[in-house]
Amino acid sequence: MSITQEKIEELTSIARNVRRHIIEMTAEAGSGHPGGSLSCSDILTALYFDVLNVDPKRPTWSERDRFVLSKGHAAPALYAVLAEKGYFAREELMKLRKTGAMLQGHPDMKGTPGLDMTTGSLGQGLSAANGMALAAKLDRKDYRVYVLLGDGETEEGQVWEAVMASAHYKLDNLTAFVDHNGLQIDGPITQVMSPEKIQDKFKAFGWHVIDIDGHDFKEILNAVEEAKSTKGRPTVIVAKTVKGKGVPFMENVADWHGKAPTREQAEEALKAL
Amino acid sequence: MAKIATREAYGQALAELGEEIREIVVLDADLSKSTKTSVFAKKFPDRFFNIGIAEQNLMGTAAGFATCGKIPFASTFAIFAAGRAFEQIRNSICYPNLNVKIAATHAGITVGEDGATHQSVEDMALMRAIPHMVVINPADAEEAKQAVRAAALHKGPVYLRFGRHPVETIFDKNYRFEIGKGVILREGKDVAIIATGVMVGESLKAAETLSKKGIEAMVVNISTLKPIDKEVIVKAAECGAIVTAEEHNIIGGLGSAVAEVLAETRPTIMKRIGIADEFGQSGNPDELLKLYHLTADDIAGAAEELKRK
Repeated sequence: MSITQEKIEELTSIARNVRRHIIEMTAEAGSGHPGGSLSCSDILTALYFDVLNVDPKRPTWSERDRFVLSKGHAAPALYAVLAEKGYFAREELMKLRKTGAMLQGHPDMKGTPGLDMTTGSLGQGLSAANGMALAAKLDRKDYRVYVLLGDGETEEGQVWEAVMASAHYKLDNLTAFVDHNGLQIDGPITQVMSPEKIQDKFKAFGWHVIDIDGHDFKEILNAVEEAKSTKGRPTVIVAKTVKGKGVPFMENVADWHGKAPTREQAEEALKAL
Repeated sequence: MAKIATREAYGQALAELGEEIREIVVLDADLSKSTKTSVFAKKFPDRFFNIGIAEQNLMGTAAGFATCGKIPFASTFAIFAAGRAFEQIRNSICYPNLNVKIAATHAGITVGEDGATHQSVEDMALMRAIPHMVVINPADAEEAKQAVRAAALHKGPVYLRFGRHPVETIFDKNYRFEIGKGVILREGKDVAIIATGVMVGESLKAAETLSKKGIEAMVVNISTLKPIDKEVIVKAAECGAIVTAEEHNIIGGLGSAVAEVLAETRPTIMKRIGIADEFGQSGNPDELLKLYHLTADDIAGAAEELKRK
């Protein structure tokens, strides 16, 4: 499949809006996780604006492709993408994390249109995605299931229980992304508790592994196409990303994992975006 | 009457229901021969998924199935379901209110010889504390069978607690199990025994013993610990004294649930028969019931003691 320059420009422009929303909403909320939201903004934008067969007017349509944000703390990125896609009004974004608001600190599928799974406690999303992919196979349905994990998240044991099961059940209708930004709350993943080499581990479990630059739309979309044509086993796309991508003072700084920008910092960030 | 373990009834009921409710899928964690989901697996191999020895993934996968309109029954031993996978049940199943049925077998000390590591005496307390969760602990095979069906028809998460040890039959085919409904099995005015699970049979025996001594005991079966039948508990309190009986820690289970109701409505003196906040051990199930004071005699003794007060 050829990816047009036009498409890439469109995605780039949406991803820029998504990043601006992330800064504005976390600044307004006074808390949240901007770093890991900015690192996966391009992947989520590519998924919702090119890959996923979804319809914002019918968020519970049974034939839709599914997406599970296993690293649920990147909720600001997903909310921004869903708002851009038209699942709910952009005004909701500014109520993030506020008492009584729809948008919870971590994704709550009960209350938010467009969310296919409740996540936030790390390590649980791939298991749910497996269940969805197994249900599709059982019902002979064509929908595909996508899931995004954090690299630090792969330190959770349940991830590997699920990785084993996706391969065992030959879930070629499931594609996982690892947002490989190299940082977790307490520092570099290689220093805190190294899950490296992530690619080799997935390979050892029987997955098809693709390495990409997680900020290059062409690479993201090509990898998804390769995953779709890979039969008999699940695919993981290990996406090299930059935590805090797009905001110079946040890039590659672990401290921006779970800290909101101040008003002044937000202004500075928005100028850069 | 022949004794049947509630897990046997679960296996049979699930396999029968599979015919009628095509949305049912069954997941197990390498214990299908023990949990009796193997009966379903044999009949509906396409709808049975062995997840291997991975209980966290078992619950998460069940949650994923439920988001796609399936009615998953996830089975393993109670200790691994409610214990090891507690947080998966809490966050991936109950918080999103997904239609997952957790059918846990081998509850309590009547697991027997395997010992304390496999004897769950905390599961009802854990499951009862999670919002959205329904907790059912059937007393015999007939009630277990009907509870499986009721759980499948109920929308939302349900925790079903089954035993390994064969128990006496209490209910006949005319019985109609309803979620949230307690049943008075024997009328009495002097003392009430409120029991759940394997202790219901023991409680009926205790009432016979008490009757011979001139004490007429009401016996109430509470199989749904949550939502609990407040009405029947308040009615039982009219006897003026209550003994609760459960094969579970006395902290957090039936005794606690009954006390919660009575403390807010009709404070009544109580005695809780159950495992006295300790771990079990290996042994013959009947011998263990004696050792941990979970017999008809223990219940009758507690009732008499209350009457003397």
